[in-house]
Amino acid sequence: MDVRDAPDVLSVVQTAVTRHGTSREALIPILSEVNQALGYLPTAALTEIHRLLKVPGSQIFSVASFYRMLSTKPRGEHVIQFCESAPCHVVGGREVWQALQDALHLNPGETSADGKWTLLTTSCLGICGVGPVVVIDNDVYGNVEPEQIPEILARYA
Amino acid sequence: MKYYRSHALVCVDPECLAKGAHEVLDALQDELVAQGLIEEVQVLETSRIGGCANGPELMVYPEGVHYAGLTVDDIPYLVEEHFLKGRIVKKFLAPIPKRVDEELGPPQAKEVRVVLRNCGKIDPENIEDYIAEDGYLALAKVLTEMTPEQVINEVINSGLRGRGGAGFPTGKKWQLVRQAPGNPKYVICNADEGDPGAFMNRRVLEGDPHSVLEGMIIAAYAIGASQGYIYCRAEYPLAVRTLNIAIQQARAFGFLGENILGSGFSFDIEVRMGAGAFVCGEETALMASIEGRRGEPRPRPPFPAVKGLWDKPTNINNVETYANIPQIILRGASWFASMGTERSKGTKTFAIAGDVKRTGLIEVPLGITLREVIYDVGGGIKDDKAFKAVQTGGPMGGCLPAEYLDMEVDYESLTAAGSIMGSGGMIVMDEDTCMVDIARFFMEFTQDESCGKCVPCRVGTRRILEILERICAGQGRHGDIEVLEMLCEQIKNTSLCGLGQGAPNPVASTLKYFRSEYEAHIYEKRCPAKVCRALITYEILPNVCTGCTVCARNCPVEAITGARRQTHVINPDICIRCGICMQVCNFNAVVVR
Repeated sequence: MDVRDAPDVLSVVQTAVTRHGTSREALIPILSEVNQALGYLPTAALTEIHRLLKVPGSQIFSVASFYRMLSTKPRGEHVIQFCESAPCHVVGGREVWQALQDALHLNPGETSADGKWTLLTTSCLGICGVGPVVVIDNDVYGNVEPEQIPEILARYA
Repeated sequence: MKYYRSHALVCVDPECLAKGAHEVLDALQDELVAQGLIEEVQVLETSRIGGCANGPELMVYPEGVHYAGLTVDDIPYLVEEHFLKGRIVKKFLAPIPKRVDEELGPPQAKEVRVVLRNCGKIDPENIEDYIAEDGYLALAKVLTEMTPEQVINEVINSGLRGRGGAGFPTGKKWQLVRQAPGNPKYVICNADEGDPGAFMNRRVLEGDPHSVLEGMIIAAYAIGASQGYIYCRAEYPLAVRTLNIAIQQARAFGFLGENILGSGFSFDIEVRMGAGAFVCGEETALMASIEGRRGEPRPRPPFPAVKGLWDKPTNINNVETYANIPQIILRGASWFASMGTERSKGTKTFAIAGDVKRTGLIEVPLGITLREVIYDVGGGIKDDKAFKAVQTGGPMGGCLPAEYLDMEVDYESLTAAGSIMGSGGMIVMDEDTCMVDIARFFMEFTQDESCGKCVPCRVGTRRILEILERICAGQGRHGDIEVLEMLCEQIKNTSLCGLGQGAPNPVASTLKYFRSEYEAHIYEKRCPAKVCRALITYEILPNVCTGCTVCARNCPVEAITGARRQTHVINPDICIRCGICMQVCNFNAVVVR
């Protein structure tokens, strides 16, 4: 992403804090909102939250690094999440997962060198009736077969 | 409210609009006015009647007639015949479209729907739909006719037990919170349904959110709380949305907020979203997360009933538990207690997944047998293969073999068999499933989700996983089984919370019921279900192979050699066991050994 297009970290934090308040219980909603807006939680954002909420930086980092949906590392332009849960596993998920890793040349948790893809696993999305399930950004794909992977990925080219 | 004798629902999906649905809708309105019927027939816009393939289309109630392929010119005739003379117009008649609901079909034999009764039937974003199904009637009854003690007694007498998995008697818990000293008191709904394969709570939140709100308000009245939280996982964005709409509407109708229904009792609810941590389904971790901290459990006692959210007395139940409450109040404790077994009353929702014909949600009376659930309700095993095991209760549950098919399902019997009720996930596995691989798979999950606070869970699950990975990779050693058994026992006895205590269940139960599979992997270097790649080889049957070359051309690593019309051979040293040759062979000449 071009730096000039990047949303201003401080103003994103400010907006989130204004919406949720500065109490300790607002920390996770704030982190979620900032993560959503910026794609991850840059150090500058954590520092600003620390300043506004007066919560120790170590505690903010301990929360930010605990939850799966919060990331302290930049993520790719498109985030691919594969459901690794048992219901998807037993209906052919393993083959789909392999096909995804092969197509992207990525291991789980990695972001491609060009910053285009991040490959993650997700916990169960509760739509087990249509497994195996792959989520790309906010698009959900059900009943995925390994052969469909190249075609699905091509939609984000 | 105005009453109509008939309702005409016109489909206004983009597909139907493109075919002139708006013109048809206008023509219908005009014609009804012209015929003087507009006071008797209500015209509504709707969507997703059929597939819109033959639009524009409309449904007419109460007859439940489906007309399709209409044009503006057809309308005067249709109105005269159907709405004026009451005759169904055969030439526009189309088959009643089949409702496609992958999760929740029409109730199967042996199902009894209490919690799921409204799902798919009412509009979850319209509180009036819920009210029309006796919604908030239980709340009105509680506030006007019952004391908090009477409410608690009714719930105790019903025999309802926590549907989140542990099965603690709900009324008893309410009583403890009511009696606990301290103010304010809190009511929490655990909607952090994280068990893989369990989505019954999501369905209730999305399909009937008010039943959960009503249950929570009644609980708050019973224990004396003024603030409630619903902790919903972020993987369920639609559920969060539906809940927020429902809360707003309930406030507008006076069911939430200050002075509910003029009774002087005040209570409000906020939705809190998780951020992706399975352990937050554990009650103390959940409360830590609401407080804005890492979702790590703490030792109990003190139980949340005494010291919960912000160290105040807190009642925490899950979605399904609350959704049962309004029905118990309305229909009485004895009605609820008439279903189920001696110690497990009422119904339970299950999410059936895996190798079963009808996957999805079901709700059955407790005490039903696993065989009835899998064969009568679930339709049996896919492709009519043999049943091998059913894993109940999510990743902390155990795998039960065929001997347990006739066991009655209740909290005690499942625990005695080495599994748990859990939140009600049920994964059915057929003969092609490798139980060691399944145990490894669940261990991967719990190991990954362990919050890391206590040693037995953090380190112990990792040790188990390493051993299982080794066994699946063909490097099992003498003594592995014994070490696994010891680890299972120790982790179970010494972990801090339910996650660690239940983590060994998949391993312990498969060791108990499918020990021979572990032995085959370790001592014979063989995977009986032919799943573990390191322990299988692909071979081409010489007498079946036609030498068509398809397998050789598709092999990604060029492990197959052979001339055209000659028998082909797989070189096991090059073969990566991807199975593509077997998939592409048209003659079934490739076999796994």
